[in-house]
Amino acid sequence: MTTEFVLNGQNVTVDVPDDTPLLWAVREHIGLTGTKFGCGIGMCGACTVHINGRASRSCITPVSAIKGASITTIEGLSENGDHPLQRAWIETQAPQCGYCQTGQIMQAATLLADFPDPSDEQINQVMTGNLCRCMAYIRIREAIKIAANEMKDEVPNG
Amino acid sequence: MIKRIFLTIIAVVIVAGVVFFALAWHATLPEVTTPEAASFNQAEIDRGRALAGIGDCVVCHTSEATKPYAGNRAMPTGFGTIYTANITPDADSGIGRWSEQAFVRAMREGVSREGSYLFPAFPYTHFTILTDDDLSALYAFLMTRQPISEKPSANTMKFPYNIRLLQSGWQMLYFDDERFTPDETKSEKWNRGAYLAEGLGHCSACHTPRNQFGAEETAKQYAGAVIDDWYAPALNGENQAPLPWTEDEIYRYLLLGGTERHGVAAGSMSAVVHDGLSEASEDDISALAVYFSSIAGTDTESEADQEPRQIITDAHARASTDRSHGEHIFTAACAGCHYNTAEIALLNRPELSLNSALSAPDPVNLIRITLEGVSIDDGLPNLMMPGFGPALSDEDIVSLVIYLRRTQTGLPPWENVEARVRGLRQ
Repeated sequence: MTTEFVLNGQNVTVDVPDDTPLLWAVREHIGLTGTKFGCGIGMCGACTVHINGRASRSCITPVSAIKGASITTIEGLSENGDHPLQRAWIETQAPQCGYCQTGQIMQAATLLADFPDPSDEQINQVMTGNLCRCMAYIRIREAIKIAANEMKDEVPNG
Repeated sequence: MIKRIFLTIIAVVIVAGVVFFALAWHATLPEVTTPEAASFNQAEIDRGRALAGIGDCVVCHTSEATKPYAGNRAMPTGFGTIYTANITPDADSGIGRWSEQAFVRAMREGVSREGSYLFPAFPYTHFTILTDDDLSALYAFLMTRQPISEKPSANTMKFPYNIRLLQSGWQMLYFDDERFTPDETKSEKWNRGAYLAEGLGHCSACHTPRNQFGAEETAKQYAGAVIDDWYAPALNGENQAPLPWTEDEIYRYLLLGGTERHGVAAGSMSAVVHDGLSEASEDDISALAVYFSSIAGTDTESEADQEPRQIITDAHARASTDRSHGEHIFTAACAGCHYNTAEIALLNRPELSLNSALSAPDPVNLIRITLEGVSIDDGLPNLMMPGFGPALSDEDIVSLVIYLRRTQTGLPPWENVEARVRGLRQ
């Protein structure tokens, strides 16, 4: 069964069973491995991608559910890895082992789209589904605030 | 003496039988040659398209997306399964040989061209109020669709419901063959909304409970009902949503497929909005909103500006002291998308303390959405929710559903959640 969608701005077609998780299609069939498998049940956030611009868990999203949609992975978040979140992540040296971090960044992008000047409570609530076993949460929070500061002058809340 | 009484009774029964047959019997209307598509004018066809949208015909009369209007969609009823008719102009398996008169009779009286009764799963009890002009336009639209050869499967109606002639009795009890009469005390727009809703919209067909013979309980019109394992909410004053369904809310919901203050059109309602009303004019959707706002009792000024702030704040307060298993699941799997601050409920962060699925008397909508998600094409356009059915266990879903009802609303707990969840799993 072929499914067509847009991935990081390019039209793609995958020939996989309809219930194949998007995570598998992206990693195995298309070869973009920045998005990670953590739990397979939507409870850890490592697999977070954007579906039509919104953070969503690709491990529990079958490809049949995203026909024709626009998917963004970490590889497509910016042209040169210079999204304000990515630069803030480097500035704070947020990653420890790095495994959760692409999911954290993708989720943080939606956080900032909805809450451009997020309070600690808002960061807690929206990021709580992204687990970091290395406990780098303090640096993640700091990076989010640095990026928010830079971005809030650019894009108003919708 | 006894013999006389006996013979009298027999005579009465025979006479009653004859009278019943006389009333029940309908002639076969002659076949016609399938009208040429070119014989209908485009303006009529376009009018028919909009009307068919309001009537949502394509949803019930399609089983495969590639065969629109070819019918054969299974409709389970309490009496057996009915397979919808092919209403494409195919000559053999569709209505290609139906004259306009036959079409009008089916819509107004619930009788097919051949003279047999149609089951009221086909809501002719609503379509009967349509004007001649509207029926003509619908005929023009349907006769210019792509003819598709598809013979619907045989119905599996249980005895004696499979005896179509008995529908005559059903009609005597539950059907009024009447046209629409406007309410002179109401505005033109209200009357337009009433004509659309009670006629083609057939909204009460889902939103009203039915009696044991499958007829709508008119005394409980718009009180809400479970149909096809989805709960169609009450549209009258019995609706439990924490914020009122004002005219503006109803309009935006029917136009877009969702609002910040009530939730999204998912389940069966998604097709009504996206496949049906998408063909209707904004004026007609606005008329529906006027009508339903009056049904809901929200057409008074004072209810117009209600703030979600206190409702969200109260939900946060109840959740903050909860450490149940359901709370853990919500925090890990749901809050990332569903959290809102009290100041504003964002459209693309469906706020559960305002959501109709939570305030419904039946948990079926919340359970099914949690299990199945909402696809990109349903609900709000381009916004999707993954289904957690494959990811979470029955216990997880039960705890989550109970947690949400307890913290997001101040309403009484639902009953039998565990049994409902198990029953709804495929």
